[in-house]
Amino acid sequence: MCLAVPAKVLEIKGATARVEIGGNVREADLSLVEDAKVGDYIMLHAGFAIAKYEPEEALRTLELLKELANGAA
Amino acid sequence: MAPPDTPAPSSPQPNAPEPLNRLSQADPDLVRRLTAEIRDAATAIGRPVRLMEVCGTHTMAIFRAGLRSLIPESVRLLSGPGCPVCVTPMGYVDAAVELSRRPDVTVTTFGDMVRVPGSESSLERERGRGADVRIVYSPLDALRVAQERPDRKVVFLGVGFETTAPASAATLLEARRRGVGNFLLFSAHKVVPPALRALLASEAVALDGFILPGHVSVVLGAAPYEFIPNEYRRAAVITGFEPLDILQAILMLIRQIAEGKPRVEIQYSRVVRPEGNLAARRAMAACFAPCDTEWRGLGRLPGSGLRVCEELGEHDAVRVLDLKVPEGREPVGCRCGEVLRGLIEPEECPLFGARCTTAAPVGACMVSSEGTCAAHFNFRTSEGGR
Repeated sequence: MCLAVPAKVLEIKGATARVEIGGNVREADLSLVEDAKVGDYIMLHAGFAIAKYEPEEALRTLELLKELANGAA
Repeated sequence: MAPPDTPAPSSPQPNAPEPLNRLSQADPDLVRRLTAEIRDAATAIGRPVRLMEVCGTHTMAIFRAGLRSLIPESVRLLSGPGCPVCVTPMGYVDAAVELSRRPDVTVTTFGDMVRVPGSESSLERERGRGADVRIVYSPLDALRVAQERPDRKVVFLGVGFETTAPASAATLLEARRRGVGNFLLFSAHKVVPPALRALLASEAVALDGFILPGHVSVVLGAAPYEFIPNEYRRAAVITGFEPLDILQAILMLIRQIAEGKPRVEIQYSRVVRPEGNLAARRAMAACFAPCDTEWRGLGRLPGSGLRVCEELGEHDAVRVLDLKVPEGREPVGCRCGEVLRGLIEPEECPLFGARCTTAAPVGACMVSSEGTCAAHFNFRTSEGGR
């Protein structure tokens, strides 16, 4: 039920975007996110973008994971 | 059977940015070192630790990746009440079935709800008898149906937590803006924090910490969970859904417990901001008012439900269609209520795997693909009952 997937914003028209998920193009309503731009990755749930991904944070998580696995953090 | 030493890969997301892909394709060496750290940290605590994953999507991810067999026996993972379909009371299903029998009503719903047995029928069965029941992917699809069929009352079954409630809210506000008077919402939306409070307050289950739901927290942020460390001294980590995310969160929880410093941490920082999603919460506030509502397994919890607010009353199915939600009766022998509170494992229910299977479910936890019983049933050989 709470499944949500990353989708890449291809085009924005008003409050609606065309987004790509694994090669498929769908519509996403952008009214619940404030600053989505073409090229961003949004989290899509029930037809709505509910968040923007921060790829730098994903990198930080990976780095933190490596530190944790080494007992350093 | 020897436990696998690497989790199964999660679903590939070929178009995701590179760091997201690297998180979803767990590096086996990283997994091994992480599980070794978890083992060391858990041993240092010197007693068993009980962590609850609240969210049904986490339950599925944990079983799919075989994580229960990767972590030490002293760290027990319990499944909680975080599957919206599973906690929706039978009375709501009965009311939806009754609605679907009305000649001028079209019922629209997410797919998970159609198979849930009510006390004498299900939406699927009613559809087989000719009722107009349609599965939609988004509430916006239901709004489209309402615009195409102005002769019918089109009811969307609003089931879901804070992840989903903003989508219903935004759709309802859009229906009003477009003047689509025949679009109605039958809200069974619920909010998660009161259920966590009820679990902590009952003390029937001794928990040391929560693996908090990632996508609910995208909307909520961290603040609504602060009562967990502040009032109950329990650990809490907002967690993503990849095997590495969950292992990292388990390690963070065990370290909080070992240090005796419980707090709310965000592991899933690539989408969860500390303040959550303000626009989504504004849509919810414009559309819903809090109400007391019944949870399967937990009973009636104060302030845990969302009803359509007075100002949008002309779109409230309960008011417009004079709906009565009857008091639900659980199927005889079904122990979903105890499963949802983490009191028993599904295997302890006499119906499990015998009279209750994913092909012919009796209880809601077996119907939903994210239900705890369905997870245990689908993965029962690989987990060896742990």
